[in-house]
Formats: sequence, structure tokens, C-alpha cells
Amino acid sequence: MAGPLWRSRRFVAESLMDQDSRSSETLETLPLDSWHRSKGARMVPFAGYEMPVQYEGIIAEHLWTRENAGLFDVSHMGQLLVHGRSVDTALERLLPGDLRGLPDMKLKYSLLLDDDAGIIDDLMATRRGDDFYIVVNGATKHGDIHEFETRLPGDVVVDYMKEQALLALQGPRAAEVLERLIPGVGELGFMQGGPFQFSGRPTWISRSGYTGEDGFEISIPGTQVQELADALTSDPLVKPIGLGARDSLRLEAGLPLYGHDLDHRTTPVMAGLNFAINKRRRGEGGFAGAMRILAELENGPPQKRVGFDVDSRQPVREGALVLDGEGNEVGKVTSGGFSPTLQRPIAMGYVGTPFADIGTPLKLEQRGKLFDVRVAAMPFVPHRYHRKGAA
Amino acid sequence: MSLYFTKEHEWIRVEGDQATVGISNHAQEQLGDIVFAEVPEAGRQLSKGQEAAVVESVKAASDVYAPVSGEVTEGNQAVADDPALVNTDPEGAGWFFKLKLSDAGELSGLMDEAAYRDWLKTL
Repeated sequence: MAGPLWRSRRFVAESLMDQDSRSSETLETLPLDSWHRSKGARMVPFAGYEMPVQYEGIIAEHLWTRENAGLFDVSHMGQLLVHGRSVDTALERLLPGDLRGLPDMKLKYSLLLDDDAGIIDDLMATRRGDDFYIVVNGATKHGDIHEFETRLPGDVVVDYMKEQALLALQGPRAAEVLERLIPGVGELGFMQGGPFQFSGRPTWISRSGYTGEDGFEISIPGTQVQELADALTSDPLVKPIGLGARDSLRLEAGLPLYGHDLDHRTTPVMAGLNFAINKRRRGEGGFAGAMRILAELENGPPQKRVGFDVDSRQPVREGALVLDGEGNEVGKVTSGGFSPTLQRPIAMGYVGTPFADIGTPLKLEQRGKLFDVRVAAMPFVPHRYHRKGAA
Repeated sequence: MSLYFTKEHEWIRVEGDQATVGISNHAQEQLGDIVFAEVPEAGRQLSKGQEAAVVESVKAASDVYAPVSGEVTEGNQAVADDPALVNTDPEGAGWFFKLKLSDAGELSGLMDEAAYRDWLKTL
């Protein structure tokens, strides 16, 4: 909500807004802008766009996604196609992931790093033949494109697919809903993508998402996205879901949000994203920040990203300090809120490595008030991704 | 009995020198799903404009301010136990606290209901 309407200290529009979002400039509108408004969305500025933060209410939308299928408009995210000579080898200088070994049509979560191992962005990269389709965060996309263009060799080209919209359909009923509309998508395994047809025209669909549930992300031209959104929401199992529930869902799933839980001061090892650096890349190095990352893998990072179980009914939010038993500051909360699934507050943040063991009792300080917490395993709510061969 | 509102979206219902304070329907709509409420204890002295209670939704944390000065006579344990009551009945059972007015003259600076609803339309 804009203006002095309600003296809210920490409103979602601010807490969700990535740090470099330029809210003072003119906001862009999504291809589905009027569609969202017609569905009763409350729109807020986010990542340079006017975006739906909620429709009927965050808790209802959150629980709907955990039980049925939620439709998210994530068209603010940057969709890039990177191509050219030896593009996998070229990308491996900026990203610590194994892209050369990535099979066709498979997705890999990776990180765009600066030379000191700081995280410039987190992203999903998919091999499409000789090319890579990369989805980056909305607030950081222009900076990312600049990084790629200046740091990749001249014979590697970055195309910004500006006209493509991106929808996510997430939840345990997502597969049956989408299969009815686009036959064959149910055959995709988790972190696999492929070309499909909707209404006689090409779309790109992957089995992936940001909620911890099974689900899909669908890249489709902005001119066609309303037809798809209408077709999906005509199914009674599907409701549109706003940014508010997107944030609470990903927090329960223990997934970091760039600009809050990840930034240029955090490394992949501090963030607990070691899975994104495989054995070959650890052995060979040769990526931005490798020296620091390999040292942190060897000796442990100075801080680690952890979850917190909060022993209170009051949510503890981003910015709260983490204190040890003697009152020394040992870390900071980077995301926090109320878990609709667990019906209690949860949080994540960074603590000094000696305090990062599961079960370590700590205190959080928010506005002069202390909260007892324990370091918690993440995810807070188990992932339910679709594993091929699983029941 | 008189009903007043503040520009911070509190309401205050006054009977003699006793007043009941809560947040308006508009405020609860803007906050969304309320998951936490903290109310003041009886006996606490509040001066006008002071932070008196806390209300938090999934997405936001806010203070409830004392619209006028006085001594708290009761905090509403029902909203502390079931914060969603503020969503379902903000201007009734979802009240936050009662207080004994120390200066009834402070009421003259507040909006009546019609003025408040008109003012909302200008936001």
C-alpha cells in the first residue's frame, strides 16, 4: 500500500522488493496486468513491475498451492538464450555448475559469481542442444545481462527474450491439470524441460519451481499468455497465487531469495549451496571466485545459512539480530515470517559456523525484544518434487 | 456513545470516560491475514499517540497507537489468543484494549465515522 495509509513498519512491498529495485522509476506492467486486476489482485511494486501480491489472501493462497494447484505469474523474471561457440565452457567461467556435463533438456540450478565468489544472482540453466536457456531474477536481470555480455567471449551471444511471459503452475494437482491441457507434460521428470504446443503454437515447459511442490514453469509469448492463464484457471483445481504466498511457500521450502538470503557478500558455500558445485568443478576450479570457494569447501565457511524454529507466536522478520547465550551478535535474520502450513513463525539467516549445528539454542533480537530459537533443519516443510520411478 | 477514528486507522468507542480501541475494517483489509496481536495490560498509562498494541499479518508488522491518553483497564485476551478475530470482526469483537480517558478534550481532534469513511475515499 502506498502512502501514509497505515503506519506499517515493514510491508511486504518493501520486504519482498529486491534491493536494487528501482521503485522511484516508472513501473513496467506485466502482459497479464489487467487479468490480475480482474481477478481481484492487489498490485504492488516489485522488481520494477506492478505485480500481484495477493488475491483472496496469502494464507488461503498458500494452503491452496500445497493442496491443489496455484498459478503464479513470474513474467518479471529474465529469460535469456545464450548461444555461440563452446557456450557451455564459456558459461563455466562465470558459473560453478557442471554445464558441460548437463544433458540436453535438463535444468541446473546455478549461481552467477563475481571474482571474489560473491553471488551476483541465482539462476536456472537448461541445455537446449548447443544453446543454454537461462532464467534469472527479475530485479537483477539487466545487471546480469550486462555481466554476461561483458564477461563472456565475443563469440557468445546473449539474447534477452523480452517478449516471453513465464507462468508457474505449482502444487500436487499441477501435473494432472496441465496434462489435460498440454498432453505429454506429465512425462517430464523433475528438473527436465522440453518444447510443447499450446493452442497450436510452441511453448517451453519445465518441471521445476520455487514452492517445494511438484510443478511446472511455462514460457510462452506475452501475446498468448492470457489464453493460457484463462485455460488454466478455468480448471477448478487452479487459483491465481500472488507474491505474498510465493514468498511464504519458498521460505517453508528453505529456498533462498536473492537480495535477501543471497547477495554479493555471500558465497555459495556460506549459503549451503554446495550441491551446485560438482566433483569435477571442485577438482578443476576455473570459475569466478574459485580460489575462495575451494578454500571454503576445504576449511569451512566463516558463516552458514541456517533455519530457525522460533519459540513465539510473533513472527521474526528480516533484519533481526542473532545473539548467542552471552548476548554477542553472531548473525542476522535474512528472511522470516509466519508459516501457514506449520501455523507458527519460521526464519532463515546467517550465523557464525560454530553456531550453525541443528538444535543450537540462540536468541533473535527484534525491536529490543528477545526471542528463543533453535537452529532448524531446512526445508521446514518437506519437498514433494516429482521423482521419476517414485510412487 | 460516540465513535471516532484516527488517521492511523484506529477506532475509539466512548461511553462516559470509558473507551474501547481497535483498528478499522480498512486497516485489517490492508494488513491481510492477521497472525499475531499483542495487547496492553490493565494499569498501563498511555499518552496520546503512544504505541499501545502490536498487530502483525503474514506480510506486515504494525503498531496500534493510543488515540487518546488514559489508563488501560483491559486488554482483549481474545484477540491475543485468536488474532484472526481482528480480520473477522475488526470493529466489534476484535477490539484491542479499553481505557479510562484522562482528557476527554483530546477527542475533539478525531474524525467521526462519516468523516473517516469520506477521508478513506481520498487515499
